[in-house]
Amino acid sequence: MSARVITITSGKGGVGKTTATANIGVALAALGHRVACIDADIGLRNLDVVMGLENRIVYDLVDVVEGRCKLRQAMIKDKRLPELYLIPAAQTRDKTAVSPTDMVRITDKLREDFDFILIDSPAGIERGFRNAVAPADEVVIITNPEVSAVRDADRIIGLIEAEEKGPAMLIINRVKPEMVRRGEMLTVDDVVDVLAIKLLGIVPEDEAVLTSSNRGTPAAMDEHSKAGQAFRNIGRRLTGEDVPFMSLDGGGSILQRFFRMIGGS
Amino acid sequence: MGNLFDRLRGRRDRAKSGHVARERLRLILVHDRTNLSEEQLAQLRDEMIELISKYVDVDRDNVEISVERHQTENWLVANIPLRIDRARRG
Repeated sequence: MSARVITITSGKGGVGKTTATANIGVALAALGHRVACIDADIGLRNLDVVMGLENRIVYDLVDVVEGRCKLRQAMIKDKRLPELYLIPAAQTRDKTAVSPTDMVRITDKLREDFDFILIDSPAGIERGFRNAVAPADEVVIITNPEVSAVRDADRIIGLIEAEEKGPAMLIINRVKPEMVRRGEMLTVDDVVDVLAIKLLGIVPEDEAVLTSSNRGTPAAMDEHSKAGQAFRNIGRRLTGEDVPFMSLDGGGSILQRFFRMIGGS
Repeated sequence: MGNLFDRLRGRRDRAKSGHVARERLRLILVHDRTNLSEEQLAQLRDEMIELISKYVDVDRDNVEISVERHQTENWLVANIPLRIDRARRG
């Protein structure tokens, strides 16, 4: 058995890469898989905070690369799940401290001991992105239903294809069903039509994502969170299960649903 | 409650920002995917319309050019409405 290395990237910043990495990691680990998450955003580390593991960092990715510690020493075990680990980014260095070759070397060492290695890519298309994509077997592109985010996702898809990283998969994050229904937001179909890659998941806007990141407990651990449910579904789809996409047309009060009904669509 | 009021007002989907976003995205991706400048693109469009107008009557204002991705290929897709169609519908 050898791990699948999956890089989560977006081009544009702030669309939810780190949140997605943490939540997919939790979802896969909750299914019983052995998961290692790597924060490849050197200098702007965040995955530790979203996962709630920031207080336990001793060594980081750059320490491993520069030989100050063993790989195992930089791995923080998430005690809430059986087999979930984080390798944090360095906070005081920049992207040039790590090379694409380093990333391939590190993930190759991990492959035997894990089922999934998730890499949280930094924004942009420079060195940090190259580092994150170099070891990837599969690439997940995350976007929001906004012109700028979709445009950047399109650019990234082009770069991924040029690197021959196999067909990328798409997560559309922060969908607001109410706005879509009013015609004030790009629809999932609009985004999938233009990007023309396989849809892996649709994640609704959900306050629980923010409150869970406040607490350092990813929303996928919260069974009442819709976004958490969407990320758990994504985890199952990654393992090959055929999970139908969540219906996002619900929501709203009974009165709103009634008006929608007589509104006819 | 949007839908009910939309209906009372008569739907004006064209003005909705979701529609505007879709159109802007289409144009931006044409530029990004072809590396054509706005002038070059306009020229392509005009020359295409000129050529086709030699044979059929083109509804010039509603010609749409996009670049679509099909697996790993990019296709230049032009939607060219004809005036005869409209006349038939009355």
